[in-house]
Amino acid sequence: MKQSSVVDLLLLLLAIALLTTPAFSDLVLSKVERRIDVTSQIARVSKTLKVVNSGSESVSEFILTFPKFLGNNLAYLSVSHSEGKGKSKRTLVNLSVREADSKGIPDSISVYSVALPKPLSKGDTLTLEVVAAFTNVLQPFPEKITQGEIHLVMLQESAQYLSPYAVESQSLSIKLPNARIESYTKLENTKLQGSELKYGPYKNLQSYSYSPIVVHFESKAAFAVAENLVREIEVSHWGNVQVTENYNVVHRGAQLRGEFSRLDFQARPNPRGASAFRHLLARLPPRAHSIYYRDDIGNISTSEMQSDSKKTELLIEPRFPLFGGWKTFFTIGYGLPLSDFLFASEGKRFLNISFGSPILDLVTEKLIVQVVLPEGSKDISVTTPFAVKQSQEIKYSHLDIAGRPVVVLEKNNVVPDHNQHIQVYYKFSNINLLSEPLMLISGFFILFITCIIYTRADFSISKSSPTYLAKLQWDEVLATLQEVQSIIQKCLATHDKLEASLRDLSRTGDIQTCKAARKSTDSLLKDLSKELKPLLGFLQSSSLASHISPKVEELVAKEKELEEKLMAKHTTVVEGYEKKSSGRDIENRIASQQQKIITLRQEIEDLLEFIDEI
Amino acid sequence: MAALESPLPGTPTAMRNAFGNVLSVLILVLIGVLAFSIRLFSVIKYESVIHEFDPYFNYRVTQFLSKNGIYEFWNWFDDRTWYPLGRVIGGTVYPGLTLTAGTIWWGLNSLNIPLSVETVCVFTAPVFSAFASWATYLLTKEVKGSGAGLAAAALLAMVPSYISRSVAGSYDNEAVAIFALIFTFYLYIKTLNTGSLFYATLNALAYFYMVCSWGGYTFIINLIPMHVLLCIVTGRYSPRLYIAYAPLVVLGTLLAALVPVVGFNAVLTSEHFASFLVFIIIHVVALVYYIKGILSPKMFKVAVTLVVSIGMVVCFIVVAILVALVASSPTGGWSGRSLSLLDPTYASKYIPIIASVSEHQPPTWPSYFMDINVLAFLVPAGIIACFSPLSDASSFVVLYIVMSVYFSGVMVRLMLVLAPAACIMSGIALSQAFDVFTGSIKYQLGATSNSTDDAEDNTSTNNAPKDDAAASKTDKGEEIVKERSSKKGKKKEREPADKPSVKAKIKKKALVLPLEASIVALLLLIMLGAFYVIHCVWAAAEAYSAPSIVLTSQSRDGLHVFDDFRESYAWLSHNTDVDDKVASWWDYGYQTTAMANRTVIVDNNTWNNTHIATVGTAMSSPEKAAWEIFNSLDVKYVLVVFGGLIGYPSDDINKFLWMVRIGGGVFPHIKEADYLRDGQYRIDSEATPTMLNSLMYKLSYYRFVETDGKGYDRVRRTEIGKKHFKLTHFEEVFTSHHWMVRLYKLKPPRNRIRGKAKKLKSKTSSGLSSKSAKKNPWV
Repeated sequence: MKQSSVVDLLLLLLAIALLTTPAFSDLVLSKVERRIDVTSQIARVSKTLKVVNSGSESVSEFILTFPKFLGNNLAYLSVSHSEGKGKSKRTLVNLSVREADSKGIPDSISVYSVALPKPLSKGDTLTLEVVAAFTNVLQPFPEKITQGEIHLVMLQESAQYLSPYAVESQSLSIKLPNARIESYTKLENTKLQGSELKYGPYKNLQSYSYSPIVVHFESKAAFAVAENLVREIEVSHWGNVQVTENYNVVHRGAQLRGEFSRLDFQARPNPRGASAFRHLLARLPPRAHSIYYRDDIGNISTSEMQSDSKKTELLIEPRFPLFGGWKTFFTIGYGLPLSDFLFASEGKRFLNISFGSPILDLVTEKLIVQVVLPEGSKDISVTTPFAVKQSQEIKYSHLDIAGRPVVVLEKNNVVPDHNQHIQVYYKFSNINLLSEPLMLISGFFILFITCIIYTRADFSISKSSPTYLAKLQWDEVLATLQEVQSIIQKCLATHDKLEASLRDLSRTGDIQTCKAARKSTDSLLKDLSKELKPLLGFLQSSSLASHISPKVEELVAKEKELEEKLMAKHTTVVEGYEKKSSGRDIENRIASQQQKIITLRQEIEDLLEFIDEI
Repeated sequence: MAALESPLPGTPTAMRNAFGNVLSVLILVLIGVLAFSIRLFSVIKYESVIHEFDPYFNYRVTQFLSKNGIYEFWNWFDDRTWYPLGRVIGGTVYPGLTLTAGTIWWGLNSLNIPLSVETVCVFTAPVFSAFASWATYLLTKEVKGSGAGLAAAALLAMVPSYISRSVAGSYDNEAVAIFALIFTFYLYIKTLNTGSLFYATLNALAYFYMVCSWGGYTFIINLIPMHVLLCIVTGRYSPRLYIAYAPLVVLGTLLAALVPVVGFNAVLTSEHFASFLVFIIIHVVALVYYIKGILSPKMFKVAVTLVVSIGMVVCFIVVAILVALVASSPTGGWSGRSLSLLDPTYASKYIPIIASVSEHQPPTWPSYFMDINVLAFLVPAGIIACFSPLSDASSFVVLYIVMSVYFSGVMVRLMLVLAPAACIMSGIALSQAFDVFTGSIKYQLGATSNSTDDAEDNTSTNNAPKDDAAASKTDKGEEIVKERSSKKGKKKEREPADKPSVKAKIKKKALVLPLEASIVALLLLIMLGAFYVIHCVWAAAEAYSAPSIVLTSQSRDGLHVFDDFRESYAWLSHNTDVDDKVASWWDYGYQTTAMANRTVIVDNNTWNNTHIATVGTAMSSPEKAAWEIFNSLDVKYVLVVFGGLIGYPSDDINKFLWMVRIGGGVFPHIKEADYLRDGQYRIDSEATPTMLNSLMYKLSYYRFVETDGKGYDRVRRTEIGKKHFKLTHFEEVFTSHHWMVRLYKLKPPRNRIRGKAKKLKSKTSSGLSSKSAKKNPWV
């Protein structure tokens, strides 16, 4: 890496030396201020360019150039220009155009052209603000360090602004982390103030002027790079946006050489683990809930959460500290309230959600955002503030039939500057919401209906097979048995009535009503026994009931006996009253009968119970 | 219940039955919910994760199955374990659990319910324990009616012994096997009670599922023949018995032979001989009964003498051949684990690898109380209840409990087989007791409320002395009453306000307990039940929910989590090459392959003793010899588990003696005595030099002394013997946060050309740096 970049540099110098092309157009940069911030792993370059049109024709495009080794690592570029009045700024997003061939710009330079808001006519000035973020430009040197060594990185840049235009005045300041600075290229007008390195100002530079500088310094920043990040954003119209993020994180700093000693790491973390990072901070949207943090073998218990009304901060600690070259994998998931992210406009709904990872200072080499819309969404379109690769998929989730449309957005080399909102527009009618609950309800309904039909319906294949006939007969027997039972129960009930009439007698002494009651019960019982007869006959004739019929007969016989006994008792009591015998006398007379009645009744109960068991 | 009192006069029993059925179904559903939810403590307290060791293997197999399909699964040769031998997974694993979970996963996913394989695996065990409690209901219902069934199901839903193997995440064979076991028994009893060939076929299928699920199927194939034999001997032979047994043996054996891991063992090993022997006997008996039916008694007697004399000779010959066949195989045709069941000292004498597993040790008495709790006291009552009318079904349950008590006494692990039996027995006991007490109370209350009826009063007072006598007989008295009223009692429970006629009925039985005694006894029973529930919930929440890969400790400043195992497995998984081989003691083999996806040398399958002994030898050898062994096995990393810093007792140093023993069993130059000082295992300054120079000691305690300056080991509660030493052939690459897992990398071999001469020099010069400087002279 190191060698190749040096070769690059030489080539570039050679190319510049050979370059004799005159100024690109008549534009002149009257003032260039460049600030490079390398306190994190991302080199952020912000430039203020004051452009003056010194030519005669109006110009509508502006060319931005970077040395190729920087341009290849350009992750983010935005150009804005501040209009003179007020502080209102408009942001213009430029298109990257490579024009090296046609215009004779050497290969070792990356070229981007900026379309100006309005053609710059002669003598006009325009101030452009350029923000660019580069990844991988801080090269670790040495490339492999032991656990105890400090982490040194190297930055290559040009002290003079590389531009196809002539520059009248320019200055460069590099903001270094507040730590050791190993070395830096010393040119004229070089100043080191604290952690800020200043080159310039340099005046009246030719176009394509270039003077390479190298700064070698210690970096304590986490060189956390997600090799692969898949963000799945699932919209549920029941009120939730579920975000699931799968990270493959690697430490892209100098690789660890030799042993890793936990002892050294714990006892002297500062020198003996300075190149490692333990934490990552994720700044989630406010009102994020149900946050989880796990990997493919389970929950990771080392995380902390702080939340207030403005933001939710999740401090996550991977399972092990990451040294240079170490990798890990984890998943973060959280739910967001739908109302914060879903809006309606012109008959459409749109989801307005941030594009990149919520983890601070994380570079993502390959980011895939999958927006899963509810089943039945139509007319899907996406607007993004920068170019991404788009495609659509179908995902099947809980009880889906048609599947949910998924918008897949892909972008390489994503830096935190890309954390801007994207809008996914779609049409969705609320009726679709009810489809799944209705499906469940009807599913259960059908299940129960089938159960009912199954238990009620007759599914035997052959209606004439002996087993089937036997079953039919058996059912009949059971039905008869039930009838017999109910008749006996009725008999017993009439017996109770008889007893009740006796009690009434003892209370009121009304003999006539008592006699009438006996008569009515008598006829009732006769009717019942008449009813019993055909049933008994059936039971006797049926072969299946052969083992039951004797019991039933016994039952009927017992019932008859009981009836007789009761009648006898009744007559005795009534007679006793008629003769005005004393209560005690009557009781003595019926005592033996009473005993028998109770045993008989008991036996009948037992028999009924037995039949019941069948 | 109120509805019961005023139904249409014609159909009170039908209504009562319908209501009872609905109530039973509702109770069963609730029992299922209870069984499922009591096992979720592990998910709530910890997380939804696979537990322990074996479940990780099953999980990995299920993942493979769900990814590659069933045919790939049968042919799966796993090259990531037992390196360089590999293992044929499809043919050596009981596939029941995996196929079950795989099917559930597939079914859910085809319904577009995207559950991960892990989730399905985690919740398989709780789901199946709900099934198991329903199966218990069915089985007990066949034996003693549905009241006992419900009680038994409720008890089984939360018996700690079963919970210990089926909490959410405990994805092991036993999780489904216990269900299969109970269900097979149920179908056997059902066939025995009905004589239906349909149930006999189902029984064979259930047995097939059991064979698929667990090696414990041999328990079934020995218990059922024993019961059949018992029935024949006690003169209870019936065609129903024949139908229950003969199809099971024929179909069951054929089906069992289809399972690759069993195969021809289903007819070749001694575990199955009992079933064949009984199969022959039952045919002979069936023939005898048949002949008896067609011959006159006199002719029959003649025939018996004739046949017996010839039959004896034939039997003798057959038995002699069998014995000769069995004797010709070295272990007598028994597998090691089965043998250690018959002879509890067998394993410790001959197979240290079986003895080294803690769950193969005999249990202690407290573990009975821990695992089945109050059931231990209820079981005898249940046994008595089973005897009072001894039926085919109840004799089976009695036999089941007797056998399982014996087996659980030999191996802790088989406590699991005892648990269902204990639950069934206790369910019977409880339901009978409740019958009696509630029956008595109902009668007494009815008697007092209807006191206007003098006659009734008289009889009840007459009964009082008898009741006292019955009560004084305590348990036994209860049981007698129970069996009398057993059938009616269940209904009575559900209709306390019965018709007044019921009173009279009970009066006739004349075995009614006094009101106060019944109430007190009921309260005591309820207290017993409450105690059981409390214990079970405690056991489920505290004792059996820890996933063992995550440890927690409660300290003053809150909960502390020790997640070291997964930390280092994650490190291995992400920061080593995918084909690197990791050597560790076999306990961690399954976890390493499943969580870190790295090739291991030995794992928990322990099928190759020599290979395990090789690793044991390496761990017991000095550094250089160990390096050579590991290098010959192509090992890149060595993983040791060390608990000395935080006091985690089941670490490798504590397991070290087993490594020495198993290693020494194959490689005689490793002698256990060399590692013991006067028969004592110690690691302090008194330890033997062999011990202090062994690789395990060095890897465990490398730079340990620098943590506190003394090297105090919190597990062994002593200062370590050798404090300052350096490793020459290994380098530390990772140590987890609490030092529980330490990973070392084998250093590349030294250059040979100048090695010999320099070695002497380098010994004099101190420090690693000079050595490493000479390590590679070409740079």
